[in-house]
Amino acid sequence: MAEISDQAVSTTVDAQEVSDVGELPQSKLIWMRFRRNKLAVIGGIGLILMYIVIALGPFLANNNYMYQNDDYIYGPPTPITFIGPSGKLGLRPYTYKVSTRLDPEAFKFVFDIDLDTKIPIRFFVEGDSYKLFGFINGSAHLFGVEGGQRFYPLGADGLGRDVLSRLLTGGQVSLTVGLVGVALTIVFGSVMGTVSGYFGGLADDIIQRIVELIMSFPTVPLWAALAAALPPISGDFSALDRYFLITVILSLVNWTGLSRQLRAKVMAYRESDFVMAALAAGAKDRRIIFTHMMPNAASHIIVVAALAIPGMILGETALSFLGLGILPPAVSWGSMLTDAQHVPVVIDHPWLMTPGIAVILSVLFFSFLGDALRDAADPYSI
Amino acid sequence: MIAVPFALCPLVLGCEEETRMTGYILRRFGYMLVTLIFVTIVGFFIIELPPGSYLEFHIQDLRAQGGNVTRDQIDALERRYGLNDPVYIKFWKWISGFPRGDFGESFQHQRPVNELIWDRLGYTVLISFATLIISWTIAILVGVYSATHRYTIPDYVITALQFAALAIPNFLLALVLMVFLQQTFGTHVGALFSPEYRDASWSIAKLFDLFSHLWIPIVILGVGGTAWTSRVMRANLLDVLNMQYVQTARAKGARERTVIWKHAVRNALHPLVMTLGMSLPGIISGETVVATVLNLPTSGPIYFQALIQQDMYLAGTFLVFLSIALLIGNLLADILLVWIDPRIQYS
Repeated sequence: MAEISDQAVSTTVDAQEVSDVGELPQSKLIWMRFRRNKLAVIGGIGLILMYIVIALGPFLANNNYMYQNDDYIYGPPTPITFIGPSGKLGLRPYTYKVSTRLDPEAFKFVFDIDLDTKIPIRFFVEGDSYKLFGFINGSAHLFGVEGGQRFYPLGADGLGRDVLSRLLTGGQVSLTVGLVGVALTIVFGSVMGTVSGYFGGLADDIIQRIVELIMSFPTVPLWAALAAALPPISGDFSALDRYFLITVILSLVNWTGLSRQLRAKVMAYRESDFVMAALAAGAKDRRIIFTHMMPNAASHIIVVAALAIPGMILGETALSFLGLGILPPAVSWGSMLTDAQHVPVVIDHPWLMTPGIAVILSVLFFSFLGDALRDAADPYSI
Repeated sequence: MIAVPFALCPLVLGCEEETRMTGYILRRFGYMLVTLIFVTIVGFFIIELPPGSYLEFHIQDLRAQGGNVTRDQIDALERRYGLNDPVYIKFWKWISGFPRGDFGESFQHQRPVNELIWDRLGYTVLISFATLIISWTIAILVGVYSATHRYTIPDYVITALQFAALAIPNFLLALVLMVFLQQTFGTHVGALFSPEYRDASWSIAKLFDLFSHLWIPIVILGVGGTAWTSRVMRANLLDVLNMQYVQTARAKGARERTVIWKHAVRNALHPLVMTLGMSLPGIISGETVVATVLNLPTSGPIYFQALIQQDMYLAGTFLVFLSIALLIGNLLADILLVWIDPRIQYS
């Protein structure tokens, strides 16, 4: 609330817009208010790009995310140059031949880059086969190198798996956990909040005590405790089942905030003239709730939901990082970061931290978007 | 979050105030006890939740060894934890041990849970409490500064930092900070004591050693909360600065510093204190995760390990006590609130 008034002073509305307020439809006003916020536009575009990239993940990365290359354990990102074998700068990128040998003294793999042998990076190279969107089979990748060598733009992890490929596949989990979780939160939170606020009485008492009980636990430990009860991945319990139950757990703890706010809203609406009028006209409870109250509360629900997504992403990341969330063979940004838990490993292989950057960016974009939605949801405030 | 002017509060607090306050605290305390009972029920539910517990594995192990001695051991375990009893008797067996300090056995550590938790809970509370105090002090100062210097370059810088601080998960910040300190100073961070003090008895030197390690978790934990609190403080103060009594104070000729700190900040603070209770769960759960990364001897690492190993009596007891710490924190926050702002109704 305070944020809005603050925002409003900063964007002193010019006379033209003020005169428009009465004439434009609300949706247009919301869009205008939203577009005025530059950060929101950045957040929106950034997120659209991220979702496109993860959706096309298997096509963009040229290795399968599960493929273990024993010759490339903790291999560094393969270098790229635009200077061709002829020594001239050109448009075609090249990579060098990398060979692996074991350093017998340090007992570590050493990667020798052969600066004389340049391998062209080509577009639409055949590689590991994949399934796009779950039904398009393919084996062509946007870029890659031909002939035996594999190409690792972001290096490889401790099992010799392509970090870029895992980053994109992991993003499919990390970036959707928040959306699915928030959808469930909206369902739980709206039902509980509306029942609590509209019907009051015993139902209200019980629901409020449950909310207080859930709120009296520290969040991450409670999530972890519930996640620990999930069975391990096996024949009858697939990685997808686990993913879904993790989102259920995240939202089981998270709906309390939305339900409280919605309860307050519904209680206020119950006293308002338009509900009184509907009651006087003989409207039933269902009609009052769904036709009169919900459309009014919709913008509020959307805002709360948008602001809850970053928390969910961070929750999944923390759980998977601790080894209680997404488990192998599935991959998420949090579970990738588990490999980066030890300082010496990170110092030697900094590319293992790339999932962290992805987490920060997505959370930042969602926060920009949520903040802007909060301001835009009430376009009549000046 | 708009401050309620004095005139709107019809509460006239005279000699009755003391009894009202005591009554309020007692009522809140009673509430807390009821919640506590439910918290232990949830805690037990979580102990019972996993399909195969460590206890059952343990018994299977013993059974595989065979012989009379192990038969007696198995019988003792079954009687103690009521394995063949209905759930409510099992719960009673667990909960009735609490006053005696008997919370069950940690099978992974082969020690009573009671011996394992207190030190670690103590450090968790210490770190959380220190983080709260330090982060709030800084947040209030930063919030006041950026509200009074709105739309200046420092304000924009602070806003950008706040956004960044809220986006970084704290365990990631812990990793980055550890790598950074290791690279630049070559010191290994993590743990709460240097190796030579780890098992030493308490002394002044050990206390100093503790403080020299304590700042790292406090910084990591405090960053997110500080960003959020200072953001709220800035918005609250901006609201209050628009109030007429602030204008009146200025018109009377009060110095700007007096206007800000005595008239505005005091009124901008109390919506913030209301959120004090809400920021505690975040700090405690953040602490558990950060401690795992930094390998601190607090609740986090042992709790998550217990969950992964399904050492459920240890995990359940930790969860119950973490939320007891939270409940006590909330009670203190409520008392602080009515103490700071007598206009709050005791209800």
